[in-house]
Amino acid sequence: MSEVVKTKAPSEPLFSKKNRKLITDPLTDNNPVTIQVLGICSALAITVQVMQGVVMGLSVIFVTIMGNLVISMLRNMIPSKIRIIVQLVVVAALVIIVDQVLAAFLPDLSAKLSVFVGLIITNCIIMGRLEAFAMANKPWPSVMDGLGNGLGYAGLLVLVAFFRELFGSGSLFGYPVLGSPIPTEDSPLGTGLFALGYANNNMMVLPPMALIIVGVIIWVQRARNKELQETH
Amino acid sequence: MESTLDILVKAIFSENMIFAYFLGMCSYLAVSKTVKTAVGLGAAVIFVLTVTVPVNYLLENYLLKPGALEWLGAEYADLDLSFLSFIMFIAVVASIVQLVEMLVEKFAPALYGALGIFLPLIAVNCSILGGALFMQERQYSTILDATAFAFGSGIGWFIAIVAIAAIREKIRYSHVPAPLRGLGITFIITGLMGMAFMSFMGIKYGKEEQKEVKTTVTSSIQTGQVTNNNTGK
Repeated sequence: MSEVVKTKAPSEPLFSKKNRKLITDPLTDNNPVTIQVLGICSALAITVQVMQGVVMGLSVIFVTIMGNLVISMLRNMIPSKIRIIVQLVVVAALVIIVDQVLAAFLPDLSAKLSVFVGLIITNCIIMGRLEAFAMANKPWPSVMDGLGNGLGYAGLLVLVAFFRELFGSGSLFGYPVLGSPIPTEDSPLGTGLFALGYANNNMMVLPPMALIIVGVIIWVQRARNKELQETH
Repeated sequence: MESTLDILVKAIFSENMIFAYFLGMCSYLAVSKTVKTAVGLGAAVIFVLTVTVPVNYLLENYLLKPGALEWLGAEYADLDLSFLSFIMFIAVVASIVQLVEMLVEKFAPALYGALGIFLPLIAVNCSILGGALFMQERQYSTILDATAFAFGSGIGWFIAIVAIAAIREKIRYSHVPAPLRGLGITFIITGLMGMAFMSFMGIKYGKEEQKEVKTTVTSSIQTGQVTNNNTGK
């Protein structure tokens, strides 16, 4: 990979300011989910548990990086009329790899994610970045862009999953951090916070709360950065 | 056994594409600014879903499923091509969308002008591929059931996008906090609509009680009831 860059752009270092910006921008001010409104489709259904969010995020990072790389290398060979199909086929092939790897090594999680792994294909982040960036840029910046947007997506996913799992099930990564609601001999209410009368918010594990949490994240982000606000 | 009508009603209400599975959210958020374009896109989604899912159903059952190639002869009976399903489904969807785009451009230029760049977006609309993948996962027994599911999902999506577009048209006259304007409030409203749609989960389908239990289990991945059970709730 680095060889290609050296021959094509010898003057620009691998992690120049511009390239670093490609990674850091999507993390905050140009977040693919909250600002560009891409990739919400599969983002929300799997954020009930942090672990699912992490695995989904990693899968998407892999697909954005590889997809951006492949399309960027092919960009001068793809006739513009059939580019959507070409992009879809490349992405679908990558997603098949992800799906098979997950099914082989993490069968439980793969079953929980069910159709949402396949839906990475139609995740707008991937197509959006391929269209907007990889078709017009050299491979190395495209990889950076893929990494940045993948991370921005994964970050948001984990953030939403964090709140949903913590308040919905009282656990993180499956570990009960707030104690256990199962009654024991000593305390009929359970252990930890539950002994004090705390109860899980069952609403959090239901689909609508994912939307509301994202809405609140957008609210916080735009309250901090007034430039992002819409007039209507 | 679920009847075809059950599948249809369930796909429209209790397993609504938008409110239960968040599929097709990108175009849902992008094209819901006015009711007129929302109706156009919703109709296009209904149409594309109703066409692509039966085609993919045939593909799944006569080509991809383990043992699906049996009609070619006994030696093909143990072939399993299901790992190819993503690529086949998306190819079918993309080509049918292309076809619809050409038809709309020719016969309804006004609609084509209104939808603009959003018709090609249907190819990457999660609800279309999602429809195909859910069809594969749920293994409907006949093509009629699969079509009913697709049609119902399309109608559910249509209802959702038209409803949100109507609300967004009205909310323009409301005093929304500046940071929430546009995207933020749309998310929150969708969440509230989702809660309202959850009341449809109480509908009893089919005749037997046993089936009711089964539905809860399959939908529990999304609603997270599994998580609750795990933590001993």
